[in-house]
Amino acid sequence: MNALHKISDFFMTPAMKIVMILAALLFPFVASNEYQIYVMALAFVWAIAVYGMNIITGLCGQLNLAHGGFFAIGAYTLAILTVDHGWAFWWAFVAAGIAGALLGFLAGVVSLRLKEHYFAIFTLCVGFIIYLLIDKWEELTHGALGIINIPAPSGFGLVDFTETTPFYYLALVFMVLSIWLAARIANSLLGRSFRAIRISDELAASLGINLMRNKVLAFVLSTTYASVAGALYAGMVRFIGPAEADVVHTFDMITFLLVGGIGTLMGPLFGTLAITWLTQSLQFLEEYRMIVFGPLLVVLVIFFPRGVVGTFLTWRGRRLAAAHETAQKESASEKKSQTKKAVTPRNQEAGNHA
Amino acid sequence: MQQVLNGLTLGSIYGLVALGLTLVYGILHVPNFAHGALYMVGAYVSYVIMVDFGANYWLAMLGAAGAVALLAVLCERLVFNPLRDAPPIHDKIAAIGIMLFLEALVQMHWGAEFRRMPTPYTGIVEFAGLTLPAQRILIIVGAFSLMAVLHLFLKKTLTGSTIVAMAQNREGAFLVGIDANRVAMMTFAISGVLAAVGATLFAPINLVYPAMGHLLIMKAFVIIILGGMGSIPGAIVGGLIIGFAEAFGGFYISTDYKDIIAFALLVVILSIKPTGLFTKGVR
Repeated sequence: MNALHKISDFFMTPAMKIVMILAALLFPFVASNEYQIYVMALAFVWAIAVYGMNIITGLCGQLNLAHGGFFAIGAYTLAILTVDHGWAFWWAFVAAGIAGALLGFLAGVVSLRLKEHYFAIFTLCVGFIIYLLIDKWEELTHGALGIINIPAPSGFGLVDFTETTPFYYLALVFMVLSIWLAARIANSLLGRSFRAIRISDELAASLGINLMRNKVLAFVLSTTYASVAGALYAGMVRFIGPAEADVVHTFDMITFLLVGGIGTLMGPLFGTLAITWLTQSLQFLEEYRMIVFGPLLVVLVIFFPRGVVGTFLTWRGRRLAAAHETAQKESASEKKSQTKKAVTPRNQEAGNHA
Repeated sequence: MQQVLNGLTLGSIYGLVALGLTLVYGILHVPNFAHGALYMVGAYVSYVIMVDFGANYWLAMLGAAGAVALLAVLCERLVFNPLRDAPPIHDKIAAIGIMLFLEALVQMHWGAEFRRMPTPYTGIVEFAGLTLPAQRILIIVGAFSLMAVLHLFLKKTLTGSTIVAMAQNREGAFLVGIDANRVAMMTFAISGVLAAVGATLFAPINLVYPAMGHLLIMKAFVIIILGGMGSIPGAIVGGLIIGFAEAFGGFYISTDYKDIIAFALLVVILSIKPTGLFTKGVR
């Protein structure tokens, strides 16, 4: 077993989790400037939204193109409640999550009656309606001006979340919670039902899975994730505009998800971090990043439809299967030689007797 | 009456674009999200031919049609053909990838600013107390004659009927010896031509910019959901319904929310009748 295999085995051990969390905890101390911490915190916030997308698209197999819209709903709910109505941050934060869930439920009940392409197109339209409403409904959303002076999360006098590093840890906590919840969902009966639906609607229905209820639940979970991420985003960036609802964000999240590995547990995190840092190191590309990401999406779906994490898991699975097979063969041949050996003395004995 | 004209203009352009989409969907079952980008590229190509090369409007339309048809065939060969057996979610993501790429490319080359496309038909026709801008009449006449030509092509020629055959029954079409690759390429080429002509017709009364295809493609999707995916008359009727709804809605309700009308209509219709207006088997 060579070093590569050993490393790949280490990735699968529980110790890896601790290493990753430690690395995340120590990151602000090794980062060379505050900007890097900021970028990382922002990536964590996006990763939360991408985990939401992974539930409906990765597990349940429904391409939801309104995800950016629900992100914006979370951001705007928080901003409107805190700025225009003077709510405390955390109450508004909870309200943002509830708003995402409620609106997600309404959108889901209508849109999930449609299948596949129809669902994707319908959600694309839902996302666009959200964008247009935010842009045009000036009394509520301040229209194209956006909302400024959104308060940072209140630290109850203990911590100051306007500073970058405390916010980084806050985003980290929320992201770890999100991943933990996503893992719990994925491994539960619920997650298995979602996967059955992805593989085949008819099959899932014949197993007694209530399609509509499960799909709506997956959709509501994903929109809640998105709006919580959006609320955190508003608390971090502290000014938002209609551009947050732009469909480009949805496409960004699809890219993150696809690069990392759709339907895998660590894929969303890996994809978000990788692409965020790639974009940061290619600063000049900021505006034209889609020239790279567009073809990247196409190449990925054609050649690596399972993303980096998915490809890794497949590779490892194959290797383990191969190793298992050779081990079985070896043990089988060993048994053979053993029986031979076992036979030989008896033959000799027989020969002696003869 | 003025609104009827507006509705007819919008409706015929929507119909043209939706027609291209519905043809591709009928054959390949790919919802081509890149179709709006093809439309946008069409507008830019004719803009360049007219402004930078000083060519005639019709020549520009022809050039754009050719260029976009080629681009569409290229997409089919390079992207959709290798994905033929992939799960449907992959086609959609790949189409989105193409769309993002084309938009970013155009934006890098020509910038994000809005451009006005010149047209030789700036006159206004007075008829029975109505003022009819010549370009609008050109759009209506042009779009409907193109639809008629397409109809004749599909119904009366052998090549056209291979497309119809494949849309009706894939295996059946293979059995009688229809080359799937050829039909797929041809369908993409036709959808490209429709998008480019639509763009060249519509751009003079609208503007040319990289995101111009966004709204249109979504409306075209609304139309083909309403009209039934893969249905040609459905696309035309659906286009007119949305066109009129927008023209009257924009006039009587609010111009601010004009663009929402199509989507709101979709939401309302699908909430009441999830199978669409004319469709069979959405679910």
